[in-house]
Amino acid sequence: MTDPGAVFFQAMLVDNMPLTLFLGLCTFLALSRKPDIALGLGLAVTFVLGLTVPLNQVVYAALLAPGALAWAGSPDLDLSYLKLIAFIGVIAAVVQLIEMLLDRFFPAIHAAFGVFLPLLTVQCAILAGSLFMVERQMGLAESAVYGLGSGAGFALAVVMLAAIRARLAYADLPAGLRGLGIAFVLAGMMSLGFASFAQMAAQ
Amino acid sequence: MAARLWQVLTDPLVRQNPVTLQILGICSALAVTTALDTALTMAVSLTVVVVLAAGIVSAIRRFIPSTIRLIVQIIVVASLVIVIDQVLQAYFFEISKRLSVFVSLITTNCLVLGRTESFARNNPPLPSMIDALGNGLGYSLVLIVIGATRELFGAGSLMGVQILPTVDQGGWFTPLGLMLLAPSAFFLLGGLVWAIRSARPEQAEAAEHVAPAVAEAGR
Repeated sequence: MTDPGAVFFQAMLVDNMPLTLFLGLCTFLALSRKPDIALGLGLAVTFVLGLTVPLNQVVYAALLAPGALAWAGSPDLDLSYLKLIAFIGVIAAVVQLIEMLLDRFFPAIHAAFGVFLPLLTVQCAILAGSLFMVERQMGLAESAVYGLGSGAGFALAVVMLAAIRARLAYADLPAGLRGLGIAFVLAGMMSLGFASFAQMAAQ
Repeated sequence: MAARLWQVLTDPLVRQNPVTLQILGICSALAVTTALDTALTMAVSLTVVVVLAAGIVSAIRRFIPSTIRLIVQIIVVASLVIVIDQVLQAYFFEISKRLSVFVSLITTNCLVLGRTESFARNNPPLPSMIDALGNGLGYSLVLIVIGATRELFGAGSLMGVQILPTVDQGGWFTPLGLMLLAPSAFFLLGGLVWAIRSARPEQAEAAEHVAPAVAEAGR
């Protein structure tokens, strides 16, 4: 396994989920109006990614990978095409758990997320984390670090975007650009900034 | 009835466009649009999935208990996506490699779940499928516009065919490398949103804070 710090920062900054890979943009744009809500969302995403990527790694390695069922007497079985359904099932269960915990202990955050929390199940960033884990053939420890790193990257990006949008609340924008339009332009500029991390990693 | 169906079909093209107005399905709309052929493949795949998913969910809508409806819908969608993914790998291997995980990510495309959850769950199969088709086409429209722009200006070609002769090949066109990078997709979509909302002012969002009227006496 490569250096965990390198994996973490690679996932957080170079392969930033929303800004470089365009993953999880729906929630990224829809929930970035206020910094405190964005922070809650970022933490939830980090938590879910940090849990589901290693969990799915275990599921994939033990049950779905080609030849993984050799212990059950069928070494030729390749169930890897079922990974989508398996991963979604694990993610849905974890998200449900978090929703129940938030509802019980942090009703304010729960109220702030509103209808968006069930959407975390279908957040592209979270499923993509597990799919990239398979594509890049990560081990258990590496996948945990990767999940946390990409979650932290999402949190960083969404809090930054929310902070900029909060400052822009008083700006006199053209009517058509208000809200979604300017958010795209801001995300584009942040994406330009994050592109410099790719240069740093290349050196 | 026919008029209503027509409206259900055409509404999502521009007036209620899923990407630019409803903020649904943006992730894939940006990631796969560096070239027109990947954008088209993605658009067709998504349209097929959303139409079939809406039809199936709508056909079994009376049998789904509302507490587990999300799980049921996701499993329907995921099964369809697996089929599409296998078909692409079998017949369009080159493109499916370039699309990487993004075909699988149709599963979590909020557009698909948004349509099954908000429309197909409460309507008979035919209107549901037409509504899904309209939304799929609205999504495709955005993908094609952005994909064509990025490939034309980023590489001087469309569908891999050279349109603008680049400098490397003795022509006059210097490719805009930025168009193939991530930021340009954001700028283009932002610009598209701006253009649509300028043409249709009723879509513009209300200002969060209205500037108070300032007395002009000091000037």
